[in-house]
Amino acid sequence: MRATGGPDIAVGDALLSVENVSLSFGGVKAVCDVSFDIRKGEIRAIIGPNGAGKTSMLNIINGFYHPRHGRITFKGVTRSRIKPYQAAQGGIARTFQNVALFRGMTALDNIMAGRTLKMHSNFFWQLLRYGPALNEEVAHRKRVEEIIDFLKIQDIRRTPVGRLPYGLQKRVELGRALAMEPELLLLDEPMAGMNLEEKEDMSRFILDVNDHFGTTIALIEHDMGVVMDISDRVVVLDHGIKIADGTPEEVKSDQAVIEAYLGVAH
Amino acid sequence: MAHDAGGLPNTFPKLLIRNADLYGARIAMRHKNLGIWQSWTWCETLELVRAYAAGLHRLGLKRGETMAIVGANRPKLYWSVMAAQMMGVIPVPVYADAVAEELCFVLAHAEVRFAAVEDQEQVDKILSVQARLPMLEQVIYDESRGLRDYDHTRLHAMESVIEEGRKALAEDPAVRVWLEDTIEAVKGSDPSIILYTSGTTGASKGVVLSHERSIAAAADTVTFDRLTEKDVALAYLPLAWVGDHYLNYVQGMVAGFCMACPESNETAMADLREIGPTFYFAPPRTLEALLTRVMIRMEDAAFLKRKLFHYFLGVARRYGEAILNKKPVPLYGRLMYWLGDLLVYGPLKNVLGFSRVRVAYTAGEAIGPDLFAFYRSIGLNFKQLYGQTEAFLYVTAQPDGEIHSDTVGPACPNVDIRIAEDGEVLFRSPGMFTGYFRADDKTAEVMTPDGFVKTGDAGFFDEKTGHLKIIDRAKDVGRLTDGILFAPKYIENKLKFFPNIREVVAFGDGRDFAGVMINIDLTAVGSWAERNNLAYGSYQELAGHPLVYDMVEKNVAEANRSLAQDAQMAGAQIKRFLILHKELDADDGELTRTQKVRRGFIAERYTPLIDALYDGSHEADISTEVTFEDGRKGVISARVKIRDMAPVPTAAALEKAA
Repeated sequence: MRATGGPDIAVGDALLSVENVSLSFGGVKAVCDVSFDIRKGEIRAIIGPNGAGKTSMLNIINGFYHPRHGRITFKGVTRSRIKPYQAAQGGIARTFQNVALFRGMTALDNIMAGRTLKMHSNFFWQLLRYGPALNEEVAHRKRVEEIIDFLKIQDIRRTPVGRLPYGLQKRVELGRALAMEPELLLLDEPMAGMNLEEKEDMSRFILDVNDHFGTTIALIEHDMGVVMDISDRVVVLDHGIKIADGTPEEVKSDQAVIEAYLGVAH
Repeated sequence: MAHDAGGLPNTFPKLLIRNADLYGARIAMRHKNLGIWQSWTWCETLELVRAYAAGLHRLGLKRGETMAIVGANRPKLYWSVMAAQMMGVIPVPVYADAVAEELCFVLAHAEVRFAAVEDQEQVDKILSVQARLPMLEQVIYDESRGLRDYDHTRLHAMESVIEEGRKALAEDPAVRVWLEDTIEAVKGSDPSIILYTSGTTGASKGVVLSHERSIAAAADTVTFDRLTEKDVALAYLPLAWVGDHYLNYVQGMVAGFCMACPESNETAMADLREIGPTFYFAPPRTLEALLTRVMIRMEDAAFLKRKLFHYFLGVARRYGEAILNKKPVPLYGRLMYWLGDLLVYGPLKNVLGFSRVRVAYTAGEAIGPDLFAFYRSIGLNFKQLYGQTEAFLYVTAQPDGEIHSDTVGPACPNVDIRIAEDGEVLFRSPGMFTGYFRADDKTAEVMTPDGFVKTGDAGFFDEKTGHLKIIDRAKDVGRLTDGILFAPKYIENKLKFFPNIREVVAFGDGRDFAGVMINIDLTAVGSWAERNNLAYGSYQELAGHPLVYDMVEKNVAEANRSLAQDAQMAGAQIKRFLILHKELDADDGELTRTQKVRRGFIAERYTPLIDALYDGSHEADISTEVTFEDGRKGVISARVKIRDMAPVPTAAALEKAA
């Protein structure tokens, strides 16, 4: 799937590192002393059986949950508690396991919503849609149109997303995350419930986003074929514990992974 | 064959220069990009194409070579065609959806060294077969997405090729001289393009057309339809298809009109509405799909709107065509039609994007009379044409005001048509091809010694209108025992236009009369049965019901009446018919996967029924093996009834009687 020729994906310094993070809900230990890093420019997959703590991990990264122990360093800044909107301002965008779009709004408006944080003119100018507010909107619309073109969803620009098939809704959601021009994009099961063709399309878009915009991507995915094909490095969680970390080849041959996840009968 | 094309230049590059001189500031091309319509004037187009040609020259492309063009309708790909033609290179467009195998065949057969392609998808396709294309050297792409990590030693962005060419033209006088000399050197008789036929019958063949013939043909039809530089067309059909190349590209160059490229394939309908073309082409199935969509939406409309819609459609049916054909219409009719236009037809055309359509064509297959009449009655000047890649499209076309749903019109200006002994249509036209590329034997097969081209279609001239009627593929046409022409598809099509009838198989070659086997349409007949309180348990039961037979009999009688109108076909009226007890199915091998009837196979499988059709019996027993969806096999047996039809007296016989 990866394009041939040229150097492999730029693998630079750690963009984000998670150190000894633990999280529990009451007596349930969702994440237990997990450490890993996400390097600039890579596609990093987080896999694991159901209930392994993958989504919790993403929620910790974008500030929705606060870890009980451990440190998270993003762009060299070690943070304590932050709010999700602060994470968004800092350059972390995400999509959700269950599509979370404004169903009554068009695809275009949904993606425009992703630009909210980047709009500066005040509420009243925007209400009047005049002067600087108009110029600003035009500039943002241009970026949004580029994303629409990138994701090839020109034909559904004006369609309310509630009427779209699931695969396209996922694509609109990716568009909205891209509209934030994030440095780190978190994708929570971008291919869940898709058919083979939609999966291939989505894989292509993820690779293209990584290649074209240089966005670092962390994704949770259940489809092993997809994960092994598109990711640079994989971290495996099981019952909140990290059991493996490495390239797809290393992970695939790791005995602990095979036992915990790939090879054991359910 | 070359005749004077009204003082037009005889090559495309010279035509482009003429357009820049004459219509310099007018829009030559539009393309919706990032949600906004971009436009290029003829002057800008000329500059771009000159730069592009210079850029290709720098990459080593030489006169007389070929260049493949693969992708959707985009300005940059049309410029690739123009740039190639400017430097005497023959463009070879390939369908964007061709699989790698087909692409490989065309690229290898045309000995392509350069390929201009749309995007990563096409680049990947070419890379996947490049081992078998040793000739191929350079690939030029329009859209760079996803291609950044590719090996760029033989891969170039179109943008940069044009930019390099622009620089070379500005800095190097030698390049300028080269370009001027090349434009001069390209001759009218040089090949201007190679269009590969789709190859439904055997391997595809490359149809070679020349500059002067293409321009001559388009000059005739531009005059015929009074197209001017003020017209607009939407290029939404495949770039590699003769229709798009002729109707949009060549006619656009000759008339100087604007060609608009849609944002993407999926947005073509919305773009149509925004552009509002004045010249439009659509195959019958597109028109049918559009009509169905309108009708479904109307069913959901409010009561008043629905009433209004159906009432004024009735008015349109009565007066619309007459008004369009400029025939006398009573004042009341005109008034009502005007009101209808205000309330219904106008808004409807606006929704469909047809508000400004002045000339529209449909072709490719037989069109249902009702469908055709619908579009014409609301004031759209839809006409039919008959053409071929080998003719460079037009052989016949209907002039304004002489429109019939079952003819394809008289010969186009300067086209000669002859009907061969066996009924095959032969033509000689200004735009006809110079031969198949690297296949002289195949060229010889379709050419007559006196320079006519065999179309492979059988047809005849209608006596009443003088228009050509295409009846079937020539090889399928047979004769009844008394020597009367029997064209199965012609008869089948007449019946298939009735909504009750889904599939028809006609027999008659070497028989005494024509007989048909009919498949009813379960949806249409089923809903009719429901409305009439007709209980039925299965398809078989419904198909054998006497009332259904009565209904189909009326359809067959109607088809016979229509056949009786043609002196040539009147003798081949349907004398007996039967309704099959099961639906013809591709799983049973009765239809091809593209839903075409396999006549020979059916004749074998249903021999008892066919025998009964011709031995005069009124019932026949049949049992056939069927394959269920899960692969199991079973047997269906039935007793099928056969009905006799009274022949309709022919027009000639009626006259005699009177």
